Amino acid sequence: MSAVEPRTETDDARMRREEAELRAAWETPRGWRHFSACNNQTVGLWYTGASFFFFLFAGVLALIIRAQLAVPGNDLVSPGTYNQLFTLHGTMMMFLFAVPIFEAVAILILPQMLAARDLPFPRLSAFGFWCFLIGGVFVGGSILFNAAPDSGWFMYPPLATDTEQTGIGADIWLLGLSFIEIASIAAAVELIVGVLKCRPPGMRINLMPLYAWYVLIVGGMILFAFPPLIAGDILFEMQRLFDWPFFDAARGGDPVLWQHLFWIFGHPEVYIIFLPSIALLAMIVPTFARRPILGYGWIVLAAVGTGFLSFGLWAHHMFTIGLPWLSLGFFSAASEAVAIPTGVQIFVFVATLLAGRAIFSIPMLFATGALAIFVFGGLTGVMVALAPFDWQAHDSYFIVAHLHYTLIGGMFFPLIAGLYYFYPFVVGRMLSARLGRWSFWLMFAGFNIAFLPMHITGLRGMPRRVYTYPEGLGWDWLNLVSTVGAFTMAAGVLVMVWDALRPGKPRAPRNPWNAGTLEWVAGDPSEPWGIRSVPPIRSRYPLWDQPNLIREIDEGKFYLPGAPEGKRETLITDVLDATPLQVLRVPGNSFKPLIAAVLIGGSFIATTFHWWLLAIASGALGIAAIMVWLWTGTAAIPEKPERGAGLGVTLPLYASGPASVGWWAMFITMVGDGTAFISLVFAYFYYWTIHPAFPPAGMAPPDGALMLGGGAAALAAWAAMLGARRANGGGHAGRVRLLIGAAALLSVAGAALLLLAPWQAGLDPVAHVYPATVWVLVLWTALHLGVGVLMQGYCLAGALAGRLTARHDIDLRNVVLYGHFAFLTVATTLAVLVLAPRAT
Amino acid sequence: MGAKGGRAFEGLEKAALVAGAGLLLGACSGPQSALDPAGREAAEVARLFWVMLAGAAIIWLAVIGTAVFAGRFQKTPLGERAGLRIVLWAGAIIPTLILAALLTFGLRLMPVLRAGEPALTVHVSGEQYWWRVTYRTAQGEVETANELRLPAGRPAEILLDSADVIHSFWIPALAGKLDMIPGRTNRLVLNPERTGTYRGVCAEFCGRAHAFMAFSVEVMEPAAFEAWLARERAPAAATADAGAFLANGCGGCHSVRGTPATGTIGPDLTHVAARPTLGAGLLANTPANRRRFVSETEKLKPGVRMPAFGALESDQLDAIDAYLGSLR
Repeated sequence: MSAVEPRTETDDARMRREEAELRAAWETPRGWRHFSACNNQTVGLWYTGASFFFFLFAGVLALIIRAQLAVPGNDLVSPGTYNQLFTLHGTMMMFLFAVPIFEAVAILILPQMLAARDLPFPRLSAFGFWCFLIGGVFVGGSILFNAAPDSGWFMYPPLATDTEQTGIGADIWLLGLSFIEIASIAAAVELIVGVLKCRPPGMRINLMPLYAWYVLIVGGMILFAFPPLIAGDILFEMQRLFDWPFFDAARGGDPVLWQHLFWIFGHPEVYIIFLPSIALLAMIVPTFARRPILGYGWIVLAAVGTGFLSFGLWAHHMFTIGLPWLSLGFFSAASEAVAIPTGVQIFVFVATLLAGRAIFSIPMLFATGALAIFVFGGLTGVMVALAPFDWQAHDSYFIVAHLHYTLIGGMFFPLIAGLYYFYPFVVGRMLSARLGRWSFWLMFAGFNIAFLPMHITGLRGMPRRVYTYPEGLGWDWLNLVSTVGAFTMAAGVLVMVWDALRPGKPRAPRNPWNAGTLEWVAGDPSEPWGIRSVPPIRSRYPLWDQPNLIREIDEGKFYLPGAPEGKRETLITDVLDATPLQVLRVPGNSFKPLIAAVLIGGSFIATTFHWWLLAIASGALGIAAIMVWLWTGTAAIPEKPERGAGLGVTLPLYASGPASVGWWAMFITMVGDGTAFISLVFAYFYYWTIHPAFPPAGMAPPDGALMLGGGAAALAAWAAMLGARRANGGGHAGRVRLLIGAAALLSVAGAALLLLAPWQAGLDPVAHVYPATVWVLVLWTALHLGVGVLMQGYCLAGALAGRLTARHDIDLRNVVLYGHFAFLTVATTLAVLVLAPRAT
Repeated sequence: MGAKGGRAFEGLEKAALVAGAGLLLGACSGPQSALDPAGREAAEVARLFWVMLAGAAIIWLAVIGTAVFAGRFQKTPLGERAGLRIVLWAGAIIPTLILAALLTFGLRLMPVLRAGEPALTVHVSGEQYWWRVTYRTAQGEVETANELRLPAGRPAEILLDSADVIHSFWIPALAGKLDMIPGRTNRLVLNPERTGTYRGVCAEFCGRAHAFMAFSVEVMEPAAFEAWLARERAPAAATADAGAFLANGCGGCHSVRGTPATGTIGPDLTHVAARPTLGAGLLANTPANRRRFVSETEKLKPGVRMPAFGALESDQLDAIDAYLGSLR
C-alpha cells in the first residue's frame, strides 16, 4: 500500500522487508551502549524501575520509623536520624516515586495507547530520566552519609532556613529536588504534546482513551503546580546561600509565604498523584466489566473539575496558622467541593460495573481494595476539610492516617492494579494469580492494621514527627499494632516484587484480558518498533469495534508500515480531529542527553557543596552539551520535502511554527516558566500586603531611568527578532543575520541596564526583604534575556551554517516565541518595580 | 535487643486483648485526648467527629457494598440510562447535599468555638524546646514556664508567638491547635470547663527535640487558681542556699525573681519546685529527676540548648538540687 512499494513485490516479501526496515531503524542498542537508548519503551522501563526502586527504599525508611515507634521511649534510632528518616520518607515517596512513576508509566504505555511509534521528544525523555536518576540518588543516598534533609518534606522556615540547625541536607533537598522538578516538567511537556499531536488518524479528541485525557489534565497541572515550588526553592536557597531575608520576620520577610508557595504546589501535587492512578482504573474497569466506560463525558469533566479545584484548596494545609474566618470558610468549602467530582469518577466506575458483566481478576481485586481504602480516606478528608475539626486533627496521627488512606488507596493500590494489568504487555509474561492474591491480602490487611488505629492515636493527642513518646498516654498498644501492620504490608510488597522479578513465568498471550484499546495490539515486546502500522481509528475501543484490526495492523496495511529511509518516524496529527499532518523524524539513540544530565546535575550538586567554580564550569559545559544535542538532533532538514505515509496519503517531513511539535513544546514550557515568574511577582505583592509601605520608608525603588532604558532595549531586541522572522520569510539572508545579531546585542544591553538599576539605587538584598525581592525579579528577568541571547546566537550560527532557510525556520520561530514570553517578563517586571511603587 | 523483643511480645499480647475488648470505647480517654474533652471547643468538635464518623460509616458501607456487588455478584447488567442516573445521584447530587449540610453546620460552629469575653490573658511564647508562659494581670506580669493553669468556667485569652522557629500550641482536651509563628501573634480563646490535669504539646515540627516539647495544663477551681497565681507572683522564697546555683552560672540563663539570677534565655525558675514536670513535660518533678536533668540534660533531651552539668562535683549537684527543690 505504501507509495514506495514496488508493484511486483509479494505481500510476504513486503512484510518481511518492512519489518527489517523498522527493526533496523528502531533497534535498541546492546551492551554498554544500551544506556544511549532514546526510545519511550526503553526509557519508560528504566524510569518505572528506578522510581519503583525509590519506593522500596522509602518503604524501608518507613519500616525503620515504625520499628522506632513500636514501643514508648524507644532508642533504636536517635532523634537526628529519625528526623532524616521521616523527611526522606515523605520526600522520596512524593518526589521520587508518586509523581515520577506517573510520568514513567505514561511514557511507557501512552505511545502504544495512541498507536504512536514514539513520543515527539525521545531525547527529552531520556534527559528527564537521567536527571531524575541522578537527582534521586543524590537526595536518597544522602541518608547513607547522615546528611539527609531533616526538617520535614515541607521544609518550613525559619527552621529549615537556619544553616546552624539544618546542615547540608536542606540544600540537598532544595537543589536536588529543583533539578528533579525540571525533569518532571520536561516529561510533562513531552506527554502533553504527545497526547495532542501524536494520536492515530481519526482518533478525535473525544475518542481518546481516558488515560490520555488524564495525562493531558495532569500534565497541565504539573505545568502550573511545580513552578510555584521552583520559585519558592529559589527564594529559599537565596536565603540559605546568601542570607537574603525572604522568610526572616526580623528583616521584613515572612515564613508564611513559603507555606503558601509550598502548598500551592503541594495540594495540586496530591491530585497530580491521584488522577493518573484513577486513569489506570479507567482503563482496567471497562476491560473487566466487558463494556465501554459508562459516562465518558462525565468522567472527563469530573477529572478536569478535580484538576481545577485542586488549585483552590492549598490553604487547608494552613488552617492552624491563624487565618481569618473568611479564608477558613472559603477553603473549607472548596475542600469539601472537590469531593464531588471525585465522587462522580468513582460512581462512573461503579455504574460501568453494574452495566456490564464483570469478571473477576487480580487487577480488579486491587481496584476494589483501592476503592475501599480510598473512599475511607476521602471520608476522613471531608472531616478534616472542616476547619474546626482540622484544628484538632492537624499535624496529629489522624492526618498521617488520612493521607496514607488517600495516597495508598488513591495512588498505590490502583498502581499495583495497573502493574498486574499492564505487566503482560510490557514484559510479555503473566504474573501469578495465586501470588497476586497473597500479595493483595497481605498488603490490604497490613495497610489497615497499620493505619486504621492511627486515627485514634491522633485523636488521643499524638502529634506527628515525634521520634518517641512517653508511655501512659494511651498510644502504646495503638503504635505497636500499627508497626505490626506496616511489616505485614511490607511482606505483601515483597511477594509482589518476587512475582514481578522471578524467572519462569508463563508467556502472555496477545491481549490476554481481551481489552478494547490500542496498547493491546502490541505483540512481542522484544520488537522495538511499537506498532507495526498506524491504523485509522473510529471508536473508543477499536479492538472491540473494528474487526480484523490487529491482523491488518500486523500486515502493515495502514500508515507508516515501513522505514524506507532507515529513519525513526512517527505520525503527527491535528489536535482536535487527528487528521494526519506530518511524518515526524524523531532522533535516534544518543549519549548526549545522558552527558547533558550529568553535567547539569553536577552543577546542582557542586552548588550544594558551595564549590562555585565547579558549579559554573559544569553548568556551562552542560549548556554546551545541550546546544550540541540540539544542533545534531533537532530540526534536521530532510532530504526530500514529503513522503508517502501509507493509505495513499503523502505528508510533509518538515513543519515549523504552530504546525511543529517543537513550537508546542516551547509554548508549554514557557507557560510553566511564566507561572514560576508569576509566583515571584506574587511574592512581591504578598510582601506589599504585609507591610504598611512597600518599598518601606527609607528605601528607594530601583532607578527608574535605567529600568526604562533596559525595557526599551528589550523591546528593541524583541522587535529585531520579529523583523528577522519577517526578513527570513522574504529570503533576505543578510538582513536576517544582521537583525538576529542586533537582537542579541540589545538583549545584553537590556539585561545590563536592568541589573544596574537596583545597584544604582543602592539596594542591599541582605538588609531587607524589599531589596531582596527587587533583586530576584531583576535577576530572573536578566537571566531570561541572557538565555534569549544564547538562543539568538544559536539561530545566528544556524543562519551562517545554512540551516536557516525561508522554509526551514523551526529554530527561528521557536526563538521568536520565546522572545514573546521574555518580553512579557520584562514588561511585567517594569510594571511591578517601576509603576507599582508610584501607585501608592 | 532481647529485652526490647520481650517488651514487644508482651505488648503484642496486650494489644490483642485490648483490641478484642473494643477498639472505640476504651480508646478515647486520656490526659491528651481530643475525644475526652474538658473544654467547650474540644467538646463541640468531639461531638462533630462522632456525628461525621457515623455518617462516614454509612456512606462507606453503601459505596463499597455497591461496588463489591457490582464486581462480584451482580448477574443482570443495568441499562445505560439507569447507570448514568446512578452517577448523577450517587456521584453528584447526594454528595452535594450532604456536603452542603455539613459545611453549613461546621462553619456556623466556627465563630462560636473561640468566642467569649476573656477574663484572663496569658502570653505563651514557643522557644526551642519549651514554653515561656506569662500571665498578664492587673498587678503586672507573672512569668512561669512549661505549665498553664486556668480557672474552670472562665474564658482565657492565649496570645501565641515564637522566639525562634514555628511551633504549634495544642491542648487536645481543651481545643484545637494554633501555630506560633515568628513575627506574628495569634490569639486563641480557651473555654475550660472541667477541672483536672491535662497535657499540651508542640504540634509543629520544630527541630531535634520536638518530641520533648510538652507542658502540663491544670484546670482549677477559680479560687484555687487565684491562690496559685498569687503565690506565683511572689518572689522566690528559697529555704536552701543559692550559692552553688549562682556560682555555676545557672543565673546566666535562668531567672529566680528576688535573687541575682536574672537570665532570660531559659525558663524562669522562681517557683520551679511547684511545677508538675521538668524539661517541658519530659520528667515528673522529683528530686532525683531534677538532679538527673541538670547532669544529663543532653542525654535526656537531645537537642536541648542547656549544657549538661554532669562534670560537677556531687556535692555541688546536691546543693543545686536542694536549692531548686526549695523554690516552691
